[in-house]
Amino acid sequence: MQTGVRMREQKKKKLKSAAFLSPSLLGLLVFFVLPFLVVIYYSMVDNPISHQFVFLSNFINVIQNQAFLQASKNTAMFSIIVVPLAVVLSLALAILIDSRIPFKSQFRTFFLCPMMVPVASIVLIWQVLFHYNGAINGILQNFGINPIDWLKSDYSQVVIVILFLWKNLGYDMILFMAALGSIPKDLLEVTTLDSSSTLVQFFYIKLRFLSPTILFVTILSLINSFKIFREVYLLTGDYPYDTLYMLQNFMNNTFQSMDYQKLSAAAILMAIVMVIIIGLLFYTENKYGEDVEG
Amino acid sequence: MIAAIFACLFLMPTILTMANSFMSANEIKANYGSILDNASESKEGKKTYVAERVNLKFIPDMVSFSQYITVLFKSPDYLLKFWNSVILVGPIVVFQLLIAALAAYSFTRHRGRIKEMLFFVYIILMLMPYQVTLVPNFLVANWLGIINTRWAILLPGFFAPFSVFLLTKFMRRIPVSLIESAEIDGAGEWSIFTKVCLPICKSSLFSVAILVFIDYWNMVEQPLILLSDEAMYPLSVFLSKINTGEVGLAFAVATIYMVPALLMFLYGEDYLIEGIAYSGAVKG
Repeated sequence: MQTGVRMREQKKKKLKSAAFLSPSLLGLLVFFVLPFLVVIYYSMVDNPISHQFVFLSNFINVIQNQAFLQASKNTAMFSIIVVPLAVVLSLALAILIDSRIPFKSQFRTFFLCPMMVPVASIVLIWQVLFHYNGAINGILQNFGINPIDWLKSDYSQVVIVILFLWKNLGYDMILFMAALGSIPKDLLEVTTLDSSSTLVQFFYIKLRFLSPTILFVTILSLINSFKIFREVYLLTGDYPYDTLYMLQNFMNNTFQSMDYQKLSAAAILMAIVMVIIIGLLFYTENKYGEDVEG
Repeated sequence: MIAAIFACLFLMPTILTMANSFMSANEIKANYGSILDNASESKEGKKTYVAERVNLKFIPDMVSFSQYITVLFKSPDYLLKFWNSVILVGPIVVFQLLIAALAAYSFTRHRGRIKEMLFFVYIILMLMPYQVTLVPNFLVANWLGIINTRWAILLPGFFAPFSVFLLTKFMRRIPVSLIESAEIDGAGEWSIFTKVCLPICKSSLFSVAILVFIDYWNMVEQPLILLSDEAMYPLSVFLSKINTGEVGLAFAVATIYMVPALLMFLYGEDYLIEGIAYSGAVKG
């Protein structure tokens, strides 16, 4: 009898807490999950009217699409360049600020500042800097280097790599600083007493403790590198130079032509690739980092 | 020393933009004229390179508020776009936080297998790029007939999973004993939520609010796809469309657009840092 009452109580509590979740869950289902199922369906039929099941042919069409290939190649290139750079540089910045330097918190503020500045506000300056007649070329010319048409040549990726790093390093740096701060002090002291060099200490102890953060910064940078369209669009408008044509540009154009099949197939391909990459990263981190996690 | 050089590089674009906003239109033309001419010519398809270079200047010859006066009083278009940004971002921050706080409380209170699985779904959705999530968003907006209205951006914004994830991380740090003692005192779930949980999480709510704000204040993808009427575009998209003839104004508009974000930053930097640090704990 007693246990019956308690169980009913428990059940009531569970229901109540489910009620707290319901608005969010409902919204998530309506706006993200259910339509995504429809996207999967769309990706496998030939058109929304006849609903002829074609299985993979939409995917094959997308994969053979020149624009999609170009966009994937550019986005992949950009991500491959920018993700490792972001991880290494932000870790370096974090260590730099974590070491004993004066004006620590001011520096932290300075590095974090770009994150809060809307991209739209600084693209103008970026255009002034990287224009053919811009400031960077002016400086280069002083050293006798020929001017480069930054935004309309193969160097254009350099410009957005710099812009990306400028914007994202601060956030990643904070993540690393938090992780550095959570390494047990006594552990570091022991190794210092062991008279191991700071380099040894860094590679054998700090890096292991940092591995979950390195994973997270990698994932985060990857996701943010997919968002670089924003910067490209604001810098160059609808028709960027070839190497700046990103996946989102492709999606935007496809949205304009209302080709649901292409759109759905492309979205699902991207989702699959993201899940695989993130899964792999989690797997690697689990294998190498588990012995330090409490 | 290295840090100082880096810091200068990091701050330069922001400071330059602000400094330039205090120059008169003539001074801007004198400094950046070579770019403006070139831009207008390349539109016609031919590229001619003017020999003269731009002149980067940190300090205006004469501080002038003429740009601001024009923006604020003579061309209401920019203020209208600024307002567009405000009425998109404001409700999203408020409602996303409200809905997420409720959900996070639920994820904190009773953890079962189903809840953990659901939470995992939230994380996966949070990690998906816009290229993926905008397609479902677009389909639903189309069915509901809200495409090309603000609701097409607002509604998915209300339910975005990011703040659910982050707030859950925060709330799970609240000592269980605190909640249990409130329960023993006879408090119901609702009053535990409003009287115990929310007050403790005040600073975390603020840090999540800053992160959500800056994300949407920057939005470009959603309006481009979900809105076809440019009159509804937020300033973040519109700024790039200011034609070259008005560059003198653009710096002032750009600076005005920065101000809310920078104020939030100056006021809430510590919260922001706390929020970022917690966002790093994807696992455990």
